Amino acid sequence: MSTTATGPRSASRPAKRRRIKAQQPWLPWLFLAPAAFGYVVFYLWPTLRGIWLSFTEYNLLTPAKFVGLSNYERMFQDPIFWGSMRVTVLYVVLNIGIQTIMALLIAVLMHRLTKSTFVRSVVLSPYLVSNVVAAIVWLWILDAQFGVFNQFLEWIGIGKIGFLTDEFWAIPTIAMINVWRHMGYTALLIFAGLQTLPESVYEAARMDGASETRIFFSITMPLLRPILALVLIMTIIGSFQVFDTVAVTTGGGPANATNVLQMYIYDLAFGRFQFGYASAMSVALLIVLGIITIIQFKLTRANDTDLD
Amino acid sequence: MSSQTTNRAPVQSEPAPAPEPEFRKKSPWGKILAWTAMVIIMLVTLLPFYWMLRTALSTNSSLYLDPANPLPPEFSTGGFERVFGMQSAEEAIAEGGAVTDMNFWRYILNSTMLATLVTAGQLFFSAMAAYAFARLKFRGSNIVYVAFLAGLMVPSIFTLLPNFVLIKELGLIDSIFGIALPTMFMTPFAVFFLRQFFMNIPREIEEAALLDGISRIGIFFKVILPMAQAPMATLGILTYIAAWNDYFWPLMVSYTDNSRVLTVALGVFRAQSPQLGTDWAGLMAATLIAALPMIILFAIFAKRIVNSIGFNGLK
Repeated sequence: MSTTATGPRSASRPAKRRRIKAQQPWLPWLFLAPAAFGYVVFYLWPTLRGIWLSFTEYNLLTPAKFVGLSNYERMFQDPIFWGSMRVTVLYVVLNIGIQTIMALLIAVLMHRLTKSTFVRSVVLSPYLVSNVVAAIVWLWILDAQFGVFNQFLEWIGIGKIGFLTDEFWAIPTIAMINVWRHMGYTALLIFAGLQTLPESVYEAARMDGASETRIFFSITMPLLRPILALVLIMTIIGSFQVFDTVAVTTGGGPANATNVLQMYIYDLAFGRFQFGYASAMSVALLIVLGIITIIQFKLTRANDTDLD
Repeated sequence: MSSQTTNRAPVQSEPAPAPEPEFRKKSPWGKILAWTAMVIIMLVTLLPFYWMLRTALSTNSSLYLDPANPLPPEFSTGGFERVFGMQSAEEAIAEGGAVTDMNFWRYILNSTMLATLVTAGQLFFSAMAAYAFARLKFRGSNIVYVAFLAGLMVPSIFTLLPNFVLIKELGLIDSIFGIALPTMFMTPFAVFFLRQFFMNIPREIEEAALLDGISRIGIFFKVILPMAQAPMATLGILTYIAAWNDYFWPLMVSYTDNSRVLTVALGVFRAQSPQLGTDWAGLMAATLIAALPMIILFAIFAKRIVNSIGFNGLK
């Protein structure tokens, strides 16, 4: 996939260089100082602290008390945690499944039809509004009584559906809302990948009289695999962290049907001030994401390319 | 992965004018079908935006009487007036709104301040670090760079809880500064993105400047930054949009109008709206106002934003 990569510049550097005033040894650190400060204080330290807090009992008011593995023991016996895990996985499967198919469709359509900036802008537009805006708009469109989509369903004879109030429909609906917001962005990522595929392969295929479907399955998909793998890893990691849409539309209900992991973590930390337990759950999520990333890299050989 | 990605160009360059892929001559129907699908997808993408506008310009009572009307069933700007606190309590209740003391001007100001602070700080400090990694030789530079990159692997959400505890300890809860602080200095992505670009600036340009007696710091400000305008602008726009749209982190830190940003305000506005007979006109007016600045920004920079999304746009 690195076909467009620019080669290292150093090759063109003249072999012999005039000696210029020596660089002061403190200079690089001066340039690095603000970013390094930000990195240590707001990335490194919180990561370590999050892991430490998961072994403590902490309510913000009294100092954290070390309690060993008890948060993790409690987590394994917590039916709400397992419920959240189940709901989150269900959400990710629906969200990523539909989103990837839609994005692939859009990307291939654009690749075969047009390079127009207008088309790409339209497709990307939902990504420009916040999750909160997207959630509220769909809340209204899908409103059980007066939402226009339910009016339409009634008109064609299906009848009204409580998309966000029904235990069965709530998660698929939230997954669809986020598909709407993210499919264009994902499509543009895949589209950028398609641009790097050599046109010569397509010309050869067309010369041989291959059909569009044949070209898609025999050329586009295999060549796109490494790119698709990267896109999948990124979108799945993002999908697991779903919170905004749930918080605005259902708040975790009805009856915990949409109580995704982040929602439960937020509720534990800010609703019940159990920061230690909430941190343990964050660590669990971190581990799950790590495992998924490794498995995906192994399965899809994301680093390889078939172009060589 | 890092070794794979380091060689990539920083910004998706304009795609080379490759010959337009064409459908085979014998199947015009394929192309018609494909365009039909594309247009349907574009319509589905845009319809919610239209519905926002249509609802925002209606009265609540008419929305309930004629919910499927494609035009505002009864035109009114009451929704917008409620959002900006231009209606008296009696008027608001009469039009199906809630009595709120929400001040959206304040939230627009807060969101603008937050996004500006985050973007300016993150861009400048990340550029400094990226320059050090790209051009300045120092012991341990590789180790420090790998450590920075490792930050990409930790999902942002993991650091939120401990960062909240830290911001609370610093006494910065409920301030715009407290919300901005964690992303004001750097993100691993910004450093990575800009380093790619700086690496590709020919060394000869810098060497000429050094021979002219300009200091390294002078070179950074007078040579490097001006040359990096395009990637800095792209990164800046994306950072601004992300900061403007963020919800989870501001929700944790902000409690009052002091630091309430638009996304959080929208959540509160929705929660305050009566459960039966939600003030949809007001709510849609509010979402439209929250989304509008980004839509305008997008309209101006569409080409730059659209072209910037490639492998380096992966966050």
